[in-house]
Amino acid sequence: MLEMLLTVGFIALQSVVLLVSLLILIAFLLLADRKVWAAVQMRRGPNVVGPYGLLQSFADLLKFVLKEAIIPDGANKGVFIIAPLVTCVLALAGWAVIPVSEGWAIADINVGILYLFAISSLGVYGVIMGGWASNSKYPFLSALRSAAQMVSYEVSIGFVIVTVLLCVGSLNLTDIVMAQESRGLANLLGVPWFTMLNWYFLPLLPMFVIFFISALAETNRPPFDLVEAESELVAGFMVEYSATPYLLFMLGEYVAIVTMCAMTTILFLGGWLPPADMVPFTWVPGIVWFLIKLCFVFFMFAMVKAIVPRYRYDQLMRLGWKVFLPISLFWVALTAGVLTAFGWAP
Amino acid sequence: MPELLKDYLPIVIFMGVCAAIGIALMASSFILAVRKPDPEKLSAYECGFAAFDDARMKFDVRFYLVSILFIIFDLEVAFLFPWAISLKEVGLLGFWSMMTFLGVLTIGFIYEWRKGALEWD
Repeated sequence: MLEMLLTVGFIALQSVVLLVSLLILIAFLLLADRKVWAAVQMRRGPNVVGPYGLLQSFADLLKFVLKEAIIPDGANKGVFIIAPLVTCVLALAGWAVIPVSEGWAIADINVGILYLFAISSLGVYGVIMGGWASNSKYPFLSALRSAAQMVSYEVSIGFVIVTVLLCVGSLNLTDIVMAQESRGLANLLGVPWFTMLNWYFLPLLPMFVIFFISALAETNRPPFDLVEAESELVAGFMVEYSATPYLLFMLGEYVAIVTMCAMTTILFLGGWLPPADMVPFTWVPGIVWFLIKLCFVFFMFAMVKAIVPRYRYDQLMRLGWKVFLPISLFWVALTAGVLTAFGWAP
Repeated sequence: MPELLKDYLPIVIFMGVCAAIGIALMASSFILAVRKPDPEKLSAYECGFAAFDDARMKFDVRFYLVSILFIIFDLEVAFLFPWAISLKEVGLLGFWSMMTFLGVLTIGFIYEWRKGALEWD
């Protein structure tokens, strides 16, 4: 009994450490996002709170906490309160299976990628619940749009994951990373030390691009932020939310973005593996490589936000259903065909 | 401890910690902030006008159509997962069976495309 209790306590401690570091990381990534956006527009961005504005996110947190939380009269109060919780908790829950370095995962389950896929799909519930419970026109329309957008791009994300799984032969996230260490292009080209070529972003380049763009759409990031399209829907499904309920929506959104960055890193950029199997690179611990890659993908997310204009809704649906879906479906068949024909299937 | 529990217990605990953090954040504003509700604050936002009509109105049937199409394709992806990780074990027969299945689905996809189910104008 005592042993059991100790195990539970230890896991809870691990979870708290992971979540706190994740939230601190997100506080700074949020600032980085705003700084990149500002730099592209030749502004300074937040620079008042703390040196270079480094503490801006914490000041924002304090402000959210001290604001009055409003629950509209017409709203379905229970659902209205639960919606942001659902968004935030589900987004955070994905991190239970993500390995940040070899063996560094809360739960290294066999069906890791399936769990991540399922959890990220559930995110749409928070949006629908929030939009419906508000009992107001903008949130309602926005929730419908958002749900349609998220489910549309989930299909192509699913196909992209399947292509990677074809090359790996396992649903375990650690296995997916380890498969990129030894097998792949580098061996084929006769340069086994240059492990970067083994990462799946090269052989599956079209899928990498599709995954990145679908991740933007799935997390409602610009240029696909039609949910929030200020000019027509004000602030989307969050219009009626204020103070900490709003904070939870925003936090959930950013956690989902960072989860998508981590997924891109694991599926296509070799997770915690160094770019070359040589001395200075192998000295750096795996978690540092993981964080560098994650920040790089996040930087690309931020740059897309800064330089690409917003899509129109019909263009968005066309891109998802008529471009990405056929291409990714074709690529699944092609990858499976090549692997079977050459006998490379793991 | 049984193997299954050993694998999934951490996830349950992790979700519990997530929920605790979420609830704590949510509650902080209700506890700390001053609350002075008045009818204007509590009415639905509609660009400064008093809200008219029911907010839960009729909406475009295409949203419904998209979710139906999503169910079909997501199920397909769910079928692909186990096939993808056992491509070697299932061999040529497994490969061609799945290609036939994908072929049938492609025909369905072409049909819905031609019918205009994917048009948003």
